[in-house]
Amino acid sequence: MTFQTIDPPLRLPALPVLSSRAGALARAGLKRFGLLGGFLLFWQVAATNGWINPTIFPPLDTIIAALWNSLTSGAYMDDIAISLQRAGLAYGAAILLGIPLGLFMGQIKPLEQALDPILQFFRQTSALALYPVFILLLGLGEASKVFVIFWATLFPILLATIGGVKEVDRKLVEMAQTFGAARLTIFRRIILPASVPAIFVGLRLSATTALLLLIAAEMIGANKGLGFQVMNAQYNFQIPQMFAAIILLALFGLAANALLVALQRRLCRWSELAR
Amino acid sequence: MTTLEKAKKGEVAVRGLSKSFALKGQPLAVLRDLNLNIRAGESLAIVGPSGCGKTTLLRVLAGLEAPDSGEVLIDGAKVGGVGRERAIIFQEPRLLPWLNVLRNVGFGLEMRGLPRDRAEAHARRYIRLVGLAEFEEAYPRQLSGGMAQRVGIARALTVQPEILLLDEPLGALDAMTKLTMQEELARIWREEQVTLILVTHDLEEAIFLADRVLVLPKEKGAVPRLINVELPRPRDRNDTVFVAMRRQLMAEFGLH
Repeated sequence: MTFQTIDPPLRLPALPVLSSRAGALARAGLKRFGLLGGFLLFWQVAATNGWINPTIFPPLDTIIAALWNSLTSGAYMDDIAISLQRAGLAYGAAILLGIPLGLFMGQIKPLEQALDPILQFFRQTSALALYPVFILLLGLGEASKVFVIFWATLFPILLATIGGVKEVDRKLVEMAQTFGAARLTIFRRIILPASVPAIFVGLRLSATTALLLLIAAEMIGANKGLGFQVMNAQYNFQIPQMFAAIILLALFGLAANALLVALQRRLCRWSELAR
Repeated sequence: MTTLEKAKKGEVAVRGLSKSFALKGQPLAVLRDLNLNIRAGESLAIVGPSGCGKTTLLRVLAGLEAPDSGEVLIDGAKVGGVGRERAIIFQEPRLLPWLNVLRNVGFGLEMRGLPRDRAEAHARRYIRLVGLAEFEEAYPRQLSGGMAQRVGIARALTVQPEILLLDEPLGALDAMTKLTMQEELARIWREEQVTLILVTHDLEEAIFLADRVLVLPKEKGAVPRLINVELPRPRDRNDTVFVAMRRQLMAEFGLH
């Protein structure tokens, strides 16, 4: 396939003309990650030359070395394990409760109408603000940490699922009815598959929230976990270690999102197909 | 099922049918004491200005809506909901976007309890009939409007109904696709020997496809009229009798 460009493409004069496929790939990469690369380069140069305070913003090579050390020495392994366990348990419970409940509530209009004000109220109440309440109820241990993450991740999943079910095209349901489909069949063959894209919106939103809440929960009354390590490194003024933990958390967030995107592509290829 | 047996079935009788809707708290009668007999294997078109109740009549025949009074009999049995002997083709194709063409066409049979492989085997025949054999694996988003509508038609035919109910099936298609599809519907009706009840606002389409045209009036008190279309098939739109008939029907609606 060939593309004919009508406007002459904008080209940076310093760059050599890239015309091969590898060149096109490099250009696409530059477009997408060029700014990020520039920012990282600036950080490195600025920190080593002392333009910014290197005790607060250490050079990137120091941070990467710290990250490498902590990973290879296994120092963070326990923290990673416990953090993943907390977030995973809470997120899993939110999925197991949120999706079935949402599928159910989305179909029963009076129930949905009666519960909607409560849900909206809870959703607007910051889970972090409720964390002291959870600590009072469940103590300062694992239970309150997992519960606060569960609480924060439940509502995006639940509301997205309810929304997805409510948005299902009634005309498709009617179509199935004209072929004599029973209620359960309509649920299985129409409502469930039609809701999947909306459910994924909730899942992806919640995955981000789970990591966010995880860190906050681990900064209060924890002695393990990546959130604790960020805090602890700062107290001990081990700034490279602090940034290493932050980078690790960011990588987990990216990985979780990539996993969900891949799963979504697999399950809802149809919603992306274009002519 | 032999052809002979099938040809005898699909008779529709409408007895004293009334239906009204509440509009701003006021009941608005759209159908009043309608009586109608539709022969098995007949092709009937229902025309009328918007709001005359033609779609409502079709939905009552389909069993999607219950009449306020009166009844619909199919082969002598009273209608109380959707039934296996009827299939509906809507104005929109109403395809499931997550299923490919083959599975969409087989969907009706699957709903009626056939296992997937057998439903698909039947579906293939009707996909060929509507000329989409090459698109079995395509998804609805990849189809044009006319192709999607043909998938909807194939899905309805796959359940081998005695009565095919069509609610402005070609209304959303472009002029050229529409002409082709009218030819296809005429061919399908001839080949499948079903009773065809077609709601349309296209008068030419009505004359082209129907044995009789039911004209529903909009004014209260006016009576519905039945017009026989005694033209040989296959019909030619440019035939003088056809043209005269179209002019006469258009005059009914005050169009010239």
